[in-house]
Amino acid sequence: MPTTPFEVYVHVPFCLRRCGYCDFNTYTAADLGGGASRRNYADLAIREMRLVRAWQAARGIEEPRAASVFFGGGTPTILPARDLNRMLAAIRELWGLEPGAEVTSEANPDTVDAGYVRELADGGFTRLSFGMQSAVPHVLATLDRTHTPANVEAGVRAARAAGLDASVDLIYGAPGESLDDWRASVRAAIDLGTDHVSAYALTVEPTTAMGRRIAAGTLPRPDDDDEAAKYEIADGLLAAAGLRWYEVSNWARPGYESRHNLGYWRNVDWAGIGPGAHSHYRAVAGATDLFPDADVDGADDSEGFRPVARAGGAGEGGPRPEGVAPGPAADPAAAPRGLRAWDLAHPRRWAAALAAGRVPWADGEAIGPEADLEERVMLGIRLREGLETAGLPAPPDPAVVEGLVADGLVVRHGTRLVPTLRGRLLNDLVIERLLG
Amino acid sequence: MVAQHNRPGSTDQSLIRNFCIIAHIDHGKSTVADRILQLSGIVPEREMRDRFLDRMDIEQERGITIKSQAVRVPWTFDDQEYTLGMIDTPGHVDFTYEVSRALAACEGAVLLVDATQGIEAQTLSNLYMAIDHNLTIIPVLNKIDLPSAEPDKHAEEIAGLIGCEPGDVLRVSGKTGEGVADLLDTIVMDVPAPTGDPEAPARALIFDSVYDSYRGIVTYIRMVDGELRKREKIHMMGIGMTHDPIEIGVISPDMTPTDALGAGEVGYVITGAKDVSQSKVGDTVTSAANPASEPLPGYRDPKPMVYAGLFPIDNAQFPELRDALDKLKLNDAALEYVPETSVALGFGFRCGFLGLLHMEIVSERLSREFGLDLISTAPNVTYEVTSEDGSVHHVTNPSEFPDGKVKRIVEPMVAADIITPKEFIGAVMDLCQENRGIMGTMEYLSADRVEMHYHIPLAEIVFDFFDQLKSRTKGYASLDYHEDGEQEADLVKVDILIQGEKVDAFSAIVHRDKAYSYGVMMTKKLRELIPRQQFEIPIQAAIGSRIIARETIRALRKDVLAKCYGGDISRKRKLLEKQKAGKKRMKMLGHVEVPQEAFIAALSTGDDKSVDRDTKDKIRAAQKTEN
Repeated sequence: MPTTPFEVYVHVPFCLRRCGYCDFNTYTAADLGGGASRRNYADLAIREMRLVRAWQAARGIEEPRAASVFFGGGTPTILPARDLNRMLAAIRELWGLEPGAEVTSEANPDTVDAGYVRELADGGFTRLSFGMQSAVPHVLATLDRTHTPANVEAGVRAARAAGLDASVDLIYGAPGESLDDWRASVRAAIDLGTDHVSAYALTVEPTTAMGRRIAAGTLPRPDDDDEAAKYEIADGLLAAAGLRWYEVSNWARPGYESRHNLGYWRNVDWAGIGPGAHSHYRAVAGATDLFPDADVDGADDSEGFRPVARAGGAGEGGPRPEGVAPGPAADPAAAPRGLRAWDLAHPRRWAAALAAGRVPWADGEAIGPEADLEERVMLGIRLREGLETAGLPAPPDPAVVEGLVADGLVVRHGTRLVPTLRGRLLNDLVIERLLG
Repeated sequence: MVAQHNRPGSTDQSLIRNFCIIAHIDHGKSTVADRILQLSGIVPEREMRDRFLDRMDIEQERGITIKSQAVRVPWTFDDQEYTLGMIDTPGHVDFTYEVSRALAACEGAVLLVDATQGIEAQTLSNLYMAIDHNLTIIPVLNKIDLPSAEPDKHAEEIAGLIGCEPGDVLRVSGKTGEGVADLLDTIVMDVPAPTGDPEAPARALIFDSVYDSYRGIVTYIRMVDGELRKREKIHMMGIGMTHDPIEIGVISPDMTPTDALGAGEVGYVITGAKDVSQSKVGDTVTSAANPASEPLPGYRDPKPMVYAGLFPIDNAQFPELRDALDKLKLNDAALEYVPETSVALGFGFRCGFLGLLHMEIVSERLSREFGLDLISTAPNVTYEVTSEDGSVHHVTNPSEFPDGKVKRIVEPMVAADIITPKEFIGAVMDLCQENRGIMGTMEYLSADRVEMHYHIPLAEIVFDFFDQLKSRTKGYASLDYHEDGEQEADLVKVDILIQGEKVDAFSAIVHRDKAYSYGVMMTKKLRELIPRQQFEIPIQAAIGSRIIARETIRALRKDVLAKCYGGDISRKRKLLEKQKAGKKRMKMLGHVEVPQEAFIAALSTGDDKSVDRDTKDKIRAAQKTEN
């Protein structure tokens, strides 16, 4: 059996300001108390890496060298470039990096300049992903973004000058954005000459400032039909410019796809470092004992203030780096299972767990065969390479597949199912039908 | 507890007074009844509260009203102990038919009226019924302790209704107990003693019967002639069955077995029968060894006037629904039900009710006492439909409406009595007119309250008339109605089609003038309620093959999570699992998935959304196609 590829994600939970639509785990204060601050963040993250590495060793998990590293946020570039480089160096030391490994950082156009970018390039970064969102000032204002289209252009130019790949993120469907506004943004992204574009429908979370304004009726709710039209516009313009879709929300020139993100959809192993970061391992012996009372509904611990007083809960005495899991010893007869675990969301509690020498997981879940099937289907069918049905433990009902093909939602490529444009827009419906 | 001298089975009829209490819901009947029990001494004061709570618990636990249906209460007046039979109007006071059974077991009725509210239409109709039964009426105003009580005003109103002096109207407070002893004295003085023949063969009227999960069927009887002794075989004259009684007794205030029940007494019989058909309310019980030759007059079984389908939301609950209906039927002869299958709603029962109130009570009891989650279809009356070929159809369900040309449709009419404060006369007249009502007379009950009489199609009443009446009169008006002939009417059946498929649950028989608004409202409602799907879904309303309204649910264009990275996967999977579970509550109509909630919401008449401009325009447009 080929080794499962391995990658590392580092979350940086700091921003200069919070955007109205954002529900990510990020904080605008530089010092969050309890020993968690921007200043020592790199040290804390490195401490977590060491604990995770030790835990892997204790669990007998032998990961290959990391194929990719991704710094996301928050705003990773709010930290000094040398901090990002130090964290990358630690990853290299602990796991090693594959030759040619992809190393990306998300970048806020406001926070990077040519010197900063050069420093990252020197530290081993290969790629920057800019949060451009829109090229239209009133849309940027609605999204609470402070950068200007000129900032983005400067950032992308600096990245290319330093030999880095550059990607831009766009958001469509903001209240007040017209179809022409959106066309303008897509064209502007193309004109930057980047090799990779991500375009996301604005997802309104009820807990955000924007969500509250929409609930109160002071902002119009994004409209699915409008977003569908904008998706089709983006797909058309980007394809014409030579950027082809490779995942529902991602387009790239061939060879410039984000290998790190592809890893998520291909269900590889990754270590998530930082508050709220998720980790995934395909096969962990005794995974079911790790989080015996994993609270399925509480999985979204985004606020981070959920009491973790449970016996065996990570906050108080969770999985230990030495691999000495609390409670009963792992049943050696039990088949290894997939594992998803996520870090404590609040940096202060996360830092406290680190200080106590624990892997700072808030909770996690063992992935049984049924959940594994669901995940493989829901991730694979997002991709241009499609869902490989041959290896699935339970192949989809041929009649269902026939129906999806007849409805123009998927096409068959051998044993792979690939979503059509319509199948991308109705991807969840396709998943529901496949999982019957 | 006081010792009772008058023993069951050997109490002279001259010492017996049987009475019931007629009151509107919330007018304080239970409180007054509890106070009577307490004053009589059969429930010691210190136990009163505990007992009261106990009873509530048991009611909830057993899921059936075991409230004292007929309590034997001792009351001493002028140094003589009398035996009062206090017969509760079972279950729901504002329910005509059930009240009528209690009336037949009494010689007197306490008319209990809330001194802050005045008499209500249903109470009035029960009062008339009591007068028809030749019962002695004892008028009483309750809640005189409340600051908002207006006893003088309402005493005058009552005096005008029953032809007594305002000063004859007793005043009590169930809460403080004031006046309750006087009330009991008055009952002894005014209510006539029973006048059956104690020497004749036994005859007893079954006026109620309930199912008790521990003891089987408990049958409540009022002895008229002769006596019944324990262990004496009894014979039910109507259904022709003979039983060995396990126990006979009286309730005072608990079930107390006795050796005998004599003429004029009220008590119970337990035969061990578990089958609900073996104890029929209105039947006559006699002695098997020495039977009476003629049964008592009994009651006329009322016939249902309103029909609706009741379907368990979870079709697996169908057998439980059947059992529950069987049990309710036991003391509700008017309830009818036959199994029915609906394409949209699955297996259920077509149920016949006396009226809307009855339907609401039955639905509420099914859900509260039996824990059933039900959908009920729109209520329907019985139409007599004559096809062009001369065949006649009795249509209680829109699905029975004959296809093809119809020669004539006859609908049931009712006489509706509405009592309202005079400032709402105009509002009531408007409402009745909108519902094809024809006004009869109007009388002033007092200076500021009137009783209005209307001749109105029952079909209009059963829709949302009552809710409308309440909302347009700020809750002050009350309504009572009874059968009053029939009339020919221009009615049509409106079908609702989802993607070309008729959905039986939504068909309705309505007046032609209302067909368009029904069609437009229903199609609009469904457009809101049915989620968008992969394809466009037309929703149409039709009379026969003619489409009168159409809405379209546009095809779903986008249904995808924009971001699905490492941290989103667990959440996304859980969302999928939740959706999958939700799918199980979807009904497939052809290819269209309709959430169960859509059926419930579409069938509920409660949400009286104000009619928006679009709806009005569409109704107008639909009506134009007619011409």
